[in-house]
Amino acid sequence: MLNNQGRPTAAGNAEPAAPETFTGNKALQVEEALLFEIGRVDVTGVDIEDVELGANRLGGLARKGDIGLVGLSEPETMRHYVRLSQKNYGIDTGLFPLGSCTMKHNPRLNEKMARLAGFADVHPLQPQSSVQGAIALMQELARYLMVLTGTRAVTLSPKAGAHGELAGMMAIKAAIEAKGEAATRKTVLVPESAHGTNPATAALIGFEVKTVPAQKDGTVHVEDVKALLGPDVAAIMLTNPNTCGIFEPQVVEIAAAIHDAGGYFYCDGANFNAIVGKARPGDLGIDAMHINLHKTFSTPHGGGGPGAGPVVLSDRLAPFAPLPFIREADGKLELVEAKGEGDQAFGRVTAFHGQMGMFVRALTYMLSHGSDGMKQASEDAVLSANYIRAGLSDLMSVPFPDHPSMHEALFDDAWLKDTGVTTLDFAKAMIDEGYHPMTMYFPLVVHGAMLIEPTESESRASLDLFIMSLRDLAMRAKRGETERFANAPFHAPRRRLDETRAARNPILKWTPREPVAKAAE
Amino acid sequence: MERDMRYLPLSSDDRAAMLAKVGVKDVDALFADIPADKLLTAPVDLPRAKGELEVERILSRMAGRNVSASSVPFFVGAGAYKHHVPATVDHLIQRSEFLTSYTPYQPEIAQGTLQYLFEFQTQVAALTGMEVANASMYDGSTGAGEAVLMAHRITKRRKAVLSGGLHPHYAEVIRTLSHMASDEVVTAAPDVGATEDLAALIDNDTSCIVVQNPDVFGNIRDLRPLAAAAQAKGALLIAVFTEAVSLGLIESPGAMGADIVVGEGQSIGNSLNFGGPYVGLFAAKAKYLRQMPGRLCGETVDAEGKRGFVLTLSTREQHIRREKATSNICTNSGLCALAFTIHMTLLGEAGIKKLARLNHANAVKLADALVQVKDVEVLNASFFNEFTLKLSRNARDVVEAMAEKGVLGGVPVSRLLPDAGLDDLLIVANTEINTEEDRAAFVQVLHDVLGA
Repeated sequence: MLNNQGRPTAAGNAEPAAPETFTGNKALQVEEALLFEIGRVDVTGVDIEDVELGANRLGGLARKGDIGLVGLSEPETMRHYVRLSQKNYGIDTGLFPLGSCTMKHNPRLNEKMARLAGFADVHPLQPQSSVQGAIALMQELARYLMVLTGTRAVTLSPKAGAHGELAGMMAIKAAIEAKGEAATRKTVLVPESAHGTNPATAALIGFEVKTVPAQKDGTVHVEDVKALLGPDVAAIMLTNPNTCGIFEPQVVEIAAAIHDAGGYFYCDGANFNAIVGKARPGDLGIDAMHINLHKTFSTPHGGGGPGAGPVVLSDRLAPFAPLPFIREADGKLELVEAKGEGDQAFGRVTAFHGQMGMFVRALTYMLSHGSDGMKQASEDAVLSANYIRAGLSDLMSVPFPDHPSMHEALFDDAWLKDTGVTTLDFAKAMIDEGYHPMTMYFPLVVHGAMLIEPTESESRASLDLFIMSLRDLAMRAKRGETERFANAPFHAPRRRLDETRAARNPILKWTPREPVAKAAE
Repeated sequence: MERDMRYLPLSSDDRAAMLAKVGVKDVDALFADIPADKLLTAPVDLPRAKGELEVERILSRMAGRNVSASSVPFFVGAGAYKHHVPATVDHLIQRSEFLTSYTPYQPEIAQGTLQYLFEFQTQVAALTGMEVANASMYDGSTGAGEAVLMAHRITKRRKAVLSGGLHPHYAEVIRTLSHMASDEVVTAAPDVGATEDLAALIDNDTSCIVVQNPDVFGNIRDLRPLAAAAQAKGALLIAVFTEAVSLGLIESPGAMGADIVVGEGQSIGNSLNFGGPYVGLFAAKAKYLRQMPGRLCGETVDAEGKRGFVLTLSTREQHIRREKATSNICTNSGLCALAFTIHMTLLGEAGIKKLARLNHANAVKLADALVQVKDVEVLNASFFNEFTLKLSRNARDVVEAMAEKGVLGGVPVSRLLPDAGLDDLLIVANTEINTEEDRAAFVQVLHDVLGA
């Protein structure tokens, strides 16, 4: 029990300004030095038997001298990384409406299942007879993905969305080569609104990128596609729902047009979360689509990966799927790792079999939600995005009012005109309100874009508070309270960071300071 | 749904109120842009929602059908290695603020991720002996593919020469990418004894040679003559490693003259995971910085002059440069890089050296014990923690027979190179996890299987 004798228990009179602290710390906000400033060369936090090497078999190539690493004891390590973690914003911290990224709740059951020894502690090259359960899991995940997308083939091995794009476009290129059209079909159509990975992927494997203009309503029109079609066109890369948060109304016609012209339809599936259980991309005429398991199926984003990017394929592309693939014979599952007679697999996109750890998490998520829960999740995600749009559209400008939003609501910066506040300023002010900002300045077809994706994981109270907070900020911007925007964030672990300086003189690793004595010479 | 699914906070009352606010009569009105005949009315043909207990049962049953590395004497390597990962690592990477954050687009609230990436880059540069390292690739094999593309950009040539000691999956990834990009690849014949003359394959069109060390058969290679030979012809040396722990004991690729170093970081901090997720390490000479793929974290200051970190040099990247980007990589391997850097911090200079010595010592013990087994020959003149055995029988059959006797004995070369006529070769790894009893079991079971 606390002894209150002589001890003030009231909050006291708040001072107008907080005094500087000796350490620079602010209570729970603790400044943390770099590992290399606190670590020591002779310290290790792991107890390892110290063996003396007698005669070694290193072929005369033993390392000479120091590596340049430092170590910390276990308690110091724990504290270093816990303090670093406290400078980060995650989904578990609060609403994380980063458009196009689907920052939904990450169930911890997924983590627990992925760590079962039978999944986490098996080697990709141990005898296949000893990993039949692991291969069965891959096959089950494949089945779920095919049912949800209305396709009959999927390649699991791509390691993230952009890698899936690459694999899908490689399958298209292989199919074109098989038809003897490699020399002529060299153009890939990419809408202006596309994610930057699309043109980068196409260019990486030698395609020439042609841009399809966006219409005034934020969609791609079949006539604009047709105008660019010809015997030189290999494929179109279309995001659907698109990056403006709109389901492409003419997607079926666009698919038919590209097929009629002898090309293929690559669909960027980054926004699949809007339509799971509502529409099947296979029914819409896609030939290949990657699925970001870390977005739609909630394997965690992990501070920037690992992701996973399986690609579903149409019957036309299925024969070209890369190694490995699963075959079933005599009640046994086989992961086929090398091309057999007559196989048309276009090669291999990664060592081993793909992101097994992510497969387990994604299947755990799908089993938990079930067909009903996944449909409901998509509906809730779309409803929440439209709810935010409805709550803000009188204050913030909606560039494409003619279409309902799918799972993300897009605003532009027309409403900030003459306020002196930019999209970036507005985003940084959201940080002070305790939110992670939305995606900014993307898609490029909209000036000062703000792309808000709340996902299905927010309660109505959370959405309401978010809307009220943004309304408050919007009104302050319009009232000319530019200070709070131009200098935001005020309350984050760091104030606005100088990105120009970082790029002009890149410092990409810690380097020891000159010893004082030497510097004085 | 009869009940509310546990991950979905909205109730049916919430939904009704929200629909009213939006001004539509039902949720399908929001899906009006989907052609009516394509809109699904009933849930797809998959099972309905399940509780946590039920899901756990299903997955545990699947997991139970696999033989885990820790449950048997285990000697499987060839690109992925079983090491002990301290409990601290897995606890820390599950901190919400690490696990559920994303690419640090808003650096003011992502200093945790950015600082560990800066520290990671510093560790990778030190370990590889290079000047700069990036914030990770998907894995070693995809990193190797990107390294070749980078060499092509630097040299403005389009031909890669691959060592016969390069992991066959890595070679296949490079060949696939090169074929698709219409670049040329020459792959040397499988080089079990590390005797190839790779320098002879370098001509004036060659942009790079790709050499793995220790190679897939376990041999340790001196990269210095290769670096000199490559550089004499204006080509680059790309050094690959699949066993990061080896760098604690053998000379770094940077010290041996490599221009680009790419490797698999799984060994440090990460589980086997049946092949992924892993983490690609990527480092280069500073003069090639602007041709590097992937994300880079750099030091800067904030508006108050305090040190902070940001993603930098993004003008190389796809979201700015689109079709002119150095790579299409976006999401990389953040959390696996975190596991790597935490484990590396716990090890430190002293720990990684000790760990590497222990690995080598264990492997030497096994190699010495195998000399006693009839019909078995250790082919390596040098090795770190892995070597190749020549057996009197098909290695695939031997491995299967050993597995039936409860020992996972290694990787048959024919699994990686099915048509190379190397069916009697077995790649065997031995790390700090292997005990004297494991080694005795390996020797005994191999002896029994070969004698049967």
